[in-house]
Amino acid sequence: MTESVTILGGGVAGLCVAAELSGRNVPVTVCDPEPVPGPHACSWWAGGMLAPFCEGETAEEPVVRLGQESGAWWERHGTQVVQNGSLVIVLERDRRELDRFARRTEGHESIDGTRLAALEPDLEGRFDRALYFAQEAHISPREALEGLNEKLRTRGVNFSAEPGNSGGQVIDCRGLSARDRIPDLRGVKGEMLVLRTPDLSLSRPVRLLHPRFPLYIVPRGDGVFMLGATQIESSERRRATVRSVMELLSAAYALHPAFGEAELLEIGVDARPAFPDNLPRIRRHGDTLYVNGLFRHGFLLAPAMARMTADFLLNGTKPEVMDENHG
Amino acid sequence: MPVFYGTEVTSRLMLGTAQYPSPAILADAFRQSKAGIATVSVRREAGCDKAGQDFWTLIEELGVNVLPNTAGCHTVREAVTTAHMARELFNTPWIKLEVIGHADTLQPDPFALVEAARILTEDGFQVFPYCTEDLILGEKLLTAGCEVLMPWGAPIGSGLGLNNVYGLRSMRAHFPDVPMVIDAGLGLPSQAAHAIELGYDAVLLNTAVAKAGDPAAMAKGFALAVEAGALAHAADPMEPRDMAAPSTPVLGKAFLE
Repeated sequence: MTESVTILGGGVAGLCVAAELSGRNVPVTVCDPEPVPGPHACSWWAGGMLAPFCEGETAEEPVVRLGQESGAWWERHGTQVVQNGSLVIVLERDRRELDRFARRTEGHESIDGTRLAALEPDLEGRFDRALYFAQEAHISPREALEGLNEKLRTRGVNFSAEPGNSGGQVIDCRGLSARDRIPDLRGVKGEMLVLRTPDLSLSRPVRLLHPRFPLYIVPRGDGVFMLGATQIESSERRRATVRSVMELLSAAYALHPAFGEAELLEIGVDARPAFPDNLPRIRRHGDTLYVNGLFRHGFLLAPAMARMTADFLLNGTKPEVMDENHG
Repeated sequence: MPVFYGTEVTSRLMLGTAQYPSPAILADAFRQSKAGIATVSVRREAGCDKAGQDFWTLIEELGVNVLPNTAGCHTVREAVTTAHMARELFNTPWIKLEVIGHADTLQPDPFALVEAARILTEDGFQVFPYCTEDLILGEKLLTAGCEVLMPWGAPIGSGLGLNNVYGLRSMRAHFPDVPMVIDAGLGLPSQAAHAIELGYDAVLLNTAVAKAGDPAAMAKGFALAVEAGALAHAADPMEPRDMAAPSTPVLGKAFLE
C-alpha cells in the first residue's frame, strides 16, 4: 500500500494518474511549474479524438484495445464526451486510399453519399463514399484538462510548483521534459490550427486521407474547428512552418471551400513524447515510475495508463506496458 | 556489388526512412531488407538546434551507410544549403540531390539539378542526383562531376514501377560504366527485380515498404527480388521470341490427341 504519491507533470498523463490514484484514496501531490493546464503542455494542442479504431491504421494493437476504455473514463471524470462517431473521407483522385484505410482498420462501415449527407449535411454532394466509425467519440482537450484540474483540487489533491520532500512514490509524467531521464524518448513535432467559421457545421471529427497531407478536423462547437496535425521527426516545440500551415489549410479548403473564409484563431506547435515503437510505457527506474511516450494518443491512452499505474502501485498488478529492462 | 564513389555497398537495395508507422518498424524493415544504404531527409526535420537529432541517431544505429537527401528542396540555393547541413550532421560527403521542379508530380528540375550538382561537386560533395531517364541530362550531370546517376522509375510515391522501360534500357546502354540506381516510383518487388534485370546496379525505394501493411515483410520481398534480378542479369537471359520453342523435342512422340 502506497502512503502518498508525488506526480511530476500536470499534462494529460499526470492529471489522469492523479485522478485515478486520488479516486482510490491515495494522497496525491501534482508538481508542475504551471498551476493550471495551458500551452506549455503538449496535451493542450491535442485533437481530442477518442478514435482507437482509426488510429489502428498505423498504431499497434495495444493502442486500439486500450484506447477503447478512454470514453467511459473521461465521462466518469466529468468530461463531456461527444459520442457521434467519426468519418473518414478522400478526394476523388485518392479514392484507393479509402480502400486501404478500410482494410487496415476495424469498427467501421462503408457509407454512401446520401448516408454521409444525413450525418453531416454540410458535406452533402461533396463526397460519394466515406467510412463511418460509429463507436468513436471526441472531447475538447482543454476543457478536459481544466475540468480534471479543477476536480482534483476540490478533491483535495495538492498542486505545487516545486517537487517537495513529501517522500512517497514519485511518478514522473513530464512527457518530453523527462527526456534527460529517458534516453530512448524522442519528440515528434506536430503543428495544428484553430479556425472559426459560422458557415460550416460538423457533428463529429472528419479525417481526410491524402497520400502527402493527411488531415483531421475536430469540431469544437460554436463554429470553431481544430485542424491537425503534422507529424515530423523533430523534437522542436516551436516554430510552425509556412509549409505545414499551408498544407493543413489547403487540405481543409479541399474538404470544404467554406474554410477559405474562416478566421484563423491559432497556430499551435509542440512535440509529442514517443518511444521507438510509438507505444506508451510505464517504466520503473530506481525508485521512480515513469509514465510516458503517449505519442499522438494522449487523451486516448492516458486513462488506461492511469488505471494500470494505479493497479501496479496498489495491487502489484504488472502492467502490460511495463518495461523493466532499464534498471 | 555496386561501388559508389569508391565505397562498395553490401546490397542492391537502398531504403528510405520516411513514413514508417514507427522507428521500431523502420528498424525491423531495415533488418529484413538487408539494405546497404539508408536515405534520410533533413530539410524539414532540422528545425533549430538540430531538433531532429533523436531520429537521426536512430538512423545511424541501423549500422548502414547514411545517404542524406535534399527532399523538399525546390531551388538550387535551398538544395545547396540543405546539403551543407546534411554533411555537418552526418559527417559524410554523400548527398542525394533532389531539386523538385513540380509540386504535384515531384518531377526533378533538370536545369537546377545540374547547377546544384556542379556547385556541390566543386565543394567536395559526392552527389547522387535524382534525375529522369533523359540521356542528355545524364551527360550534363556527369560533366558536372557526378559519378552516379539515379533516374526515376516513376513519380515519387506513385508505385507505378518502370514507366519508361525503353528509356531506362537505353540509358543503361548509353552509360555502361556509370553506377546507376532506379530511384523512386517502385511499388512491388517484381518491379525492383525488373530494374536489376535491366542492368541497374541498385534500386532506391521508400513508400513501397513504409506504407505496406507489413513493412518488414515487404522489405524482405524486395531483398529477395533484387537478388533474383541480379542472378538473372548475370546469367545472360535468353532472348524473347515470338514462336514457341518446346523445351523437349516433340518429333516422333505421340503428341496428337
